[in-house]
Amino acid sequence: MTRQQVLDLYFMDARSKLIDLAAFIDRVERAAGEEDFRMKSFREALNHLSNGHREKAKQVLLTFSDPTTGPIPAATTKAACGAYPGAPN
Amino acid sequence: MKYIEPHAHMVSRVTDDYAKMALAGCAAVCEPAFWAGFDRGSADGFHDYFCQLTEHEPKRAAKFGLPHFSWLCINPKESEDVKLAQEVIALIPKFLDRPNVLGIGEIGLNKNSRNEMRVLEMHVDLAARHNQLILVHTPHLEDKLKGTRLILDVLKADQRIQPARIIIDHVEEHTIKLVLDAGMWAGMTLYPESKCSPPRAIDMVEVYGNERIWMNCACDWGISDPLAVPKTALEMRKRGHTEAAIEKLVFQNPANFLGQCPKFKLAN
Repeated sequence: MTRQQVLDLYFMDARSKLIDLAAFIDRVERAAGEEDFRMKSFREALNHLSNGHREKAKQVLLTFSDPTTGPIPAATTKAACGAYPGAPN
Repeated sequence: MKYIEPHAHMVSRVTDDYAKMALAGCAAVCEPAFWAGFDRGSADGFHDYFCQLTEHEPKRAAKFGLPHFSWLCINPKESEDVKLAQEVIALIPKFLDRPNVLGIGEIGLNKNSRNEMRVLEMHVDLAARHNQLILVHTPHLEDKLKGTRLILDVLKADQRIQPARIIIDHVEEHTIKLVLDAGMWAGMTLYPESKCSPPRAIDMVEVYGNERIWMNCACDWGISDPLAVPKTALEMRKRGHTEAAIEKLVFQNPANFLGQCPKFKLAN
C-alpha cells in the first residue's frame, strides 16, 4: 500500500483512538488523587509516538514490560496490570 | 473463505459460535487446555476436563461438520501448585492416543515464577518423551517479554525438542522476532484489549513475513471474538493482499504446522 492508501484506510480510526487517548488523560487529570506507576509508564510510552524512530508499537510495548530477567520467587496473583510496577513482585 | 481456527476455547462458547464459524468457512477448530477462570480443586477436575476436550467437544463440533482437535496440559495459571501439576501431568499420557489429541498445550508461563518454570519443564519433558507437538502460552501484558525469554531458554535447553514442532502463541511486536529467530512458529492472537488487533497482526506479517506464522482468536469465557480470523482475512483483503497470501496465512500455515501430527486430518 502507498502511504496515501494507508491514510485513506486507517486515518479516521486512528484519529478516533487518539481523541480517546486525549480524553482518557483529561479524565485522569480531572480526578482527585495521585497517579500511579501505570500512568507514569503510559506518559513515557506516549513519548514514543512523536519521535522519529521506527517500531513505535514495539517501543511502547517495551516501555510497559518487566525489564528483569529471572523468575520471581512465587506467583501471588494471576492477573497482569499492564505496566511494570518497578519493584520486586 | 476456508480457514483453520488453531486456538479456540470452545468449551466456554455457546453452540451458535460453532454455527457462525462453520458459516464463515472454518475447516477445523483446535482447542488447547486452559484456565477455566477459577482454580480446579483436584486432579479429578482435570480428568473430567480432558474427557470433555477429547470426547464431548468433538461431538458438539461435528454437528456443524467441524473436525475438533485438542491439546492437553495443566495451564500456567494453575501451575503454582506443583503437587497438583504433577498429579495432572501424570494423567495426560493415557489421553495422548485419543484421536483428536495433537500435543501438549497450552503450556508456558503466567507470572514467570519459579514453580511455573518447574511445571513448564515437566511439560516439555512429557512432550519430548512422547514425541508430541508443543503449543506455548506466553504471559500477558508487562510479563510477556520476560516470560517469552524464559520460555525460549527452557525450550532451547532441551535438545530432544525440534523448534519447528513448537508454536509460541500470543506474540506481539516486541516478541515475534525472538520466536522466529529461534526457529519456532509464532501465533498471533486476535483479542480485544490485550494481545493484538487485526491491523497490528497484518502489520507484523508485512514486517516479518508470512513463514511459520498463524493467527488465532483464542476465544474463551472473556470478551473475545470467535470470528476474529476471518475478520482479519477481510482486513488483509482491504489492504490488497492476494487471495493466495490470505489462504497461506489462515489455512495453509496452520495446516502445515498441525499436520506434523499424523492425527490432524481435514475433511476433503
